Amino acid sequence: MSKRESITKESGTRSNSRVELVPSEAPSELLRELVAHLRQNRTQLREEWVVRITETRLLTAMTKEEIFAEATSVYDSYVEALETEAFEALQAYARNLSERIIPRGVETHEVVGIVLLLRDVLARSLFAKYQTDFKKLNRILDAYEPAANRIANTVAVGFVQERERVIRQQQEAIRELSTPVLQVRERLLILPIIGVIDPQRARQLTEQLLRGIRTNRAKVVVIDITGVAAMDVTVANHLVQTVEASRLLGATVIVTGLSPEIAQTLVTIGVDLGKMNTVGDLQGGIEQAERLLGYKVVTLAESR
Amino acid sequence: MEVPILKQGEVLIATFQAALSDADLNHLRMGLVRQVVKFRSRAVIVDVTAMDVMDSFASRTLREIAHMIRLRGAETVIVGIQPEVAFAMVQLGLTLEGVATALDLEEGLAYLNEKFKTTN
Repeated sequence: MSKRESITKESGTRSNSRVELVPSEAPSELLRELVAHLRQNRTQLREEWVVRITETRLLTAMTKEEIFAEATSVYDSYVEALETEAFEALQAYARNLSERIIPRGVETHEVVGIVLLLRDVLARSLFAKYQTDFKKLNRILDAYEPAANRIANTVAVGFVQERERVIRQQQEAIRELSTPVLQVRERLLILPIIGVIDPQRARQLTEQLLRGIRTNRAKVVVIDITGVAAMDVTVANHLVQTVEASRLLGATVIVTGLSPEIAQTLVTIGVDLGKMNTVGDLQGGIEQAERLLGYKVVTLAESR
Repeated sequence: MEVPILKQGEVLIATFQAALSDADLNHLRMGLVRQVVKFRSRAVIVDVTAMDVMDSFASRTLREIAHMIRLRGAETVIVGIQPEVAFAMVQLGLTLEGVATALDLEEGLAYLNEKFKTTN
């Protein structure tokens, strides 16, 4: 970088005699010139950029008008970031933009793609403007490239950070929502499990269930795993351990709704079926639990 | 610290205190096995509510107590295992298979009463 600057300066001083430029032409001055150029040609360059975006089939989740509107504000913040070299505003804008477009299914490569496209469009316009003066072009690009790369970097990082934040938030929400332990009758609890179970969630489920057994003084627990498509060996083992731990607290566990895949997994790990009480569906499980507890459900007609 | 053994009707009740040495556990085991025949008890309840840690020796002793009591013609119920202890035990493979368990003393007595009723 420093080497490159020194070369630029040398060539700058040499060319000074011919091209009438201020001797101490600093990169910031070049940037100012650059920004002026970009402001002047705003409409045309922006148009060109939008065309390139549509051509490369980026942002397909958005309408043409939306792309144009976003492109306008991105363009302006881009030029502003070039001018002021203040990236905080751009970073905030990138985060805000991500917040709006992530829910619509815009991918990381699209966001990075459009920013790189803009960089290319602007660079091309610089080539066109300074094609007669290569030395000037060189220096302009020296000033432009690092700034442009930093902008691309900032936007990409902002997008990814926002995405990660969303993911973290969702994980948190899933964790909180996912494990209700419900009492359906005196001494009868139901634990419906839905979705993917990872070891961490399995551990949490077990803790909540065991605590629920104690606080509700449950004698029978129905664990319904109809909503679980598959589980790996670790989690299946964990399920078996949960059943055994519940027994140590004096509660009988009935597992319902095992999918064929889970049944296969349980057979593969060689579960002692004498310890596992399984029933086909949740209804059957509750009926068996009621039998164990001594309930008998009859219709009004039957009881008369 | 010795574990007191209480007689409640046809049932013997032993309550574990927090920190029991291996010697205490051995002592309790012999005490229970002797007294169960001496008092013609039909069942023994071991209450472990106060134990927030259960090592392998304690767990093995519980199982041995249960099996020895059965050989002496009575039944054992372990009550009051803490949720955390239960899961730790299972992870260590100490599942007390073949031993009846209940939530607490009340549940254990209810379980035995039910059982006595059906066998009488």
